[in-house]
Amino acid sequence: MITVKDLYKKYGNHPVLNGLNIEFPKGKVISLIGGNGAGKSTLLSVISKIIDHDSGHILLSHEDIANISSKDYATKLSFLRQSNFTHIRLTIRELVSFGRFPYNRGKKMSTQDEEKVEEAIAFMELEDIADSFLDELSGGQRQRAYLAMILAQDTENILLDEPLNNLDMKYSVQIMKTLRDFAHQQGKTVILIVHDINIAAQYSDYIAALKDGVVQHFGTTDEIIKPCVLKDIFEIDFEVILNRGCKFCLYYD
Amino acid sequence: MLKKRILILTGFTISVILVYLLTFVGNNPDYVLPRRITKIAAMALIACSIGYSSVVFQTITNNRILTPSIMGFEAVFILFQAFIVFLYGDKTFQVIEQQTNFLFSVLLMFGFALILYLALFRKRQVHVYFLLLVGLILGAIFKSMTSFLELVIDPNEFAFVQRYLFASFNNINTNLLGISAIALFISLVLGTRILHKLDVLLLGKEQAITLGINYRRLVQISLFLIAIQVSISTALVGPITFLGILIANLSYEFIPSHKHRHTILGASLFGVILVVGGQFLVEHLFNMNTTISILINFVGGIYFIFLLLKSRRL
Amino acid sequence: MRTFILVFAFILLLLASLFIGVKQIDWANYNSIIESGRLVFRVSRFPRTMALVIAGVGLSVSGLIMQQISLNKFVSPTTAGTLDAAKLGILIGLILFPGTSHLTQMGFAFLFTILASLIFMQMLRHIKQRSLIYIPLLGIMFGNVLAAIGTFFGYRFDIIQNMETWLIGDFSKVLQGNYELIYISLPAVLLTYLYANKLTALGLGEETAKSLGIQYNTLVLIGLISISLTVSAVMITAGAIPFLGLIVPNIISLIYGDNLKKSLPYTALLGATLLLFGDIISRLIIYPFEVPIGLTISIIGGVAFLIFISKRIRHA
Repeated sequence: MITVKDLYKKYGNHPVLNGLNIEFPKGKVISLIGGNGAGKSTLLSVISKIIDHDSGHILLSHEDIANISSKDYATKLSFLRQSNFTHIRLTIRELVSFGRFPYNRGKKMSTQDEEKVEEAIAFMELEDIADSFLDELSGGQRQRAYLAMILAQDTENILLDEPLNNLDMKYSVQIMKTLRDFAHQQGKTVILIVHDINIAAQYSDYIAALKDGVVQHFGTTDEIIKPCVLKDIFEIDFEVILNRGCKFCLYYD
Repeated sequence: MLKKRILILTGFTISVILVYLLTFVGNNPDYVLPRRITKIAAMALIACSIGYSSVVFQTITNNRILTPSIMGFEAVFILFQAFIVFLYGDKTFQVIEQQTNFLFSVLLMFGFALILYLALFRKRQVHVYFLLLVGLILGAIFKSMTSFLELVIDPNEFAFVQRYLFASFNNINTNLLGISAIALFISLVLGTRILHKLDVLLLGKEQAITLGINYRRLVQISLFLIAIQVSISTALVGPITFLGILIANLSYEFIPSHKHRHTILGASLFGVILVVGGQFLVEHLFNMNTTISILINFVGGIYFIFLLLKSRRL
Repeated sequence: MRTFILVFAFILLLLASLFIGVKQIDWANYNSIIESGRLVFRVSRFPRTMALVIAGVGLSVSGLIMQQISLNKFVSPTTAGTLDAAKLGILIGLILFPGTSHLTQMGFAFLFTILASLIFMQMLRHIKQRSLIYIPLLGIMFGNVLAAIGTFFGYRFDIIQNMETWLIGDFSKVLQGNYELIYISLPAVLLTYLYANKLTALGLGEETAKSLGIQYNTLVLIGLISISLTVSAVMITAGAIPFLGLIVPNIISLIYGDNLKKSLPYTALLGATLLLFGDIISRLIIYPFEVPIGLTISIIGGVAFLIFISKRIRHA
């Protein structure tokens, strides 16, 4: 379980995280929503130790992450950002194998390592192209490859920053279903940033809305996907439709 | 595939060495051969150092067209040499022994690197490109100072400076070679211990951090090793700026592996081929009308432009 | 108010340049100074000062145009290999046709400069990583390559020491009769002023500019020709003057913004003022001897550039 207490972070004179507090429930899918500049990316970057925070505490299973070495931390939490490096001459299998680095530190792959890699590749349905190079793949395939690497890293907590950008709808749905399975079937805590409110509504258990560097609303999907709450977050009118047990948001009027 | 390529490359390297060693021996093999063997040892050592430092540097800067020498090392070295000649003129060699010159050169260059690193690592974020640009600008300023000194130096004495402007394997001091070899060898051995971590850097800084790499420390150690290697190589034979780009890129093209222990090996082998081969050309084709560094910089420079124009991503 | 200070400084430095030198000219008695004083004035001081002003204007404006074309604030004749290309051109010209006229040398410099600029533009097209710092890094490397090519030929003809020293920026040799070529850069600068608005639009990017109806390729070509003419002319007359085309446009951009119609005159004025200032320091610092201005400007300009970048980084 990840707990964030009184987190502050400034870029120059510009405050991005303003005393943020939140507790992420274990084994659930939590979506972070909010406008640009609300602090979502920064929050994830700070939790994953990519950047330092100015003050406040982040606790992983009640232990302050500042006291956890980067080596150990990598076995407990993984983070996926926009995969910019499209030109790497690595095969999918080689990329996914990097996911085991926190465990074997780049030395020989153990049998367990190899099993996890193959499992991850199978789970993401990449067996056929496992030996192709990354720069020969489509955006969707590449994204699935990176997800396979995250899966092979086999951490209890998975953070993702806009994993669905530039993806075809088919893959977006596939990936969201996969993430939901990570949480519900494997007990992992999945925290992700999404821009599409309907995706968040469909696949998350909890939704956190950030604004001006603090958590404006946090609750189960049912609690958040309501016209009054949504209007408060996005400042436009919403209509929520219930269809086949799923909630859809309309916001075109 | 990988093994085959490495074998071919090794075979080529050995052939080039043998050709250099055994052809054009002339009438005096007892004199020529031992000297050539010393030269080959020096060249191999330098090639490995440049191979290591270039590949690692390119990984850290996430870029394939930069080399550590652009950080200003060579400019410091040349300025120092010009300055000595400016001060002592034709008495330079009486006042300063080659050994002292070597020691001071290495210390100066290494000191320069340390100051640069310290000043730029004090901030929390590591900005490698900023480090490079600072080094480059300082290099440009030092070059202007050198030009100014050259203006003032007597043309007869200029010949002394000219020796050091360009890398040359013709007059390697065996004592110097011995010390350098030990130092370089140690740094290369230490350097192999971080290779597997450098592999992860290929995925980018952020991915490496999430996989558990202490990015800041890795960059610091790498730059430290690079500084040692470039300082010693430059002080031993002079500046060979573009060799690193050449051999690193040739290695990436030819060696089908992303792992540093393979690419560095490839770069080192290509380095030996180019340096020994180039020296052969200098001695027998160009009749010493050029130096090895000028030749390599010329070829490397053109290759650099070619890389820039054809490469779809930089 | 700022304008006033700038103009005032310019005029002050202009006068200082005319009257500072080894030969003392007594200002108060101008009408009665002896013939040798007037001679010095006509043959050395006036040409030198004019050359300084034109070079200052030309190089600053060239830097500005380069920045508009490449959409990067840190591109300039120093950081795109332009100066090195001009040097290479002169070198090759001298090797092929030794003892030739200044005009021919300038022709070679021009040729090489245009070629190098075109190559650099081509390189820019391939670069995905358009970070602010990366492109000048590339440009300086490119310049080093051109210098290495020059060294190759220079060594073969044993003119290395000469090469390094001729072309170091130095206005002390500017005399009536050997500096007139520099006036060629004036029409080039004037041309840019006429095209100022279109050049501003260039800075919005190729696609935007084209959709505004601008003849993009023609304009870029005009810009490159103007820059090459200027840099070659200055190189032949006074040698290499680094960093001016980099620093001046950046300072002006911070204060006056990027609307060229407005900022061009200020760029020109600041360029001339700074160069005059640098030259006067060079004349005075080890009076009666001179430090070549190439050295002075490279130190001042280099440090100024570093300060600029570090401020940029801090805000990033």
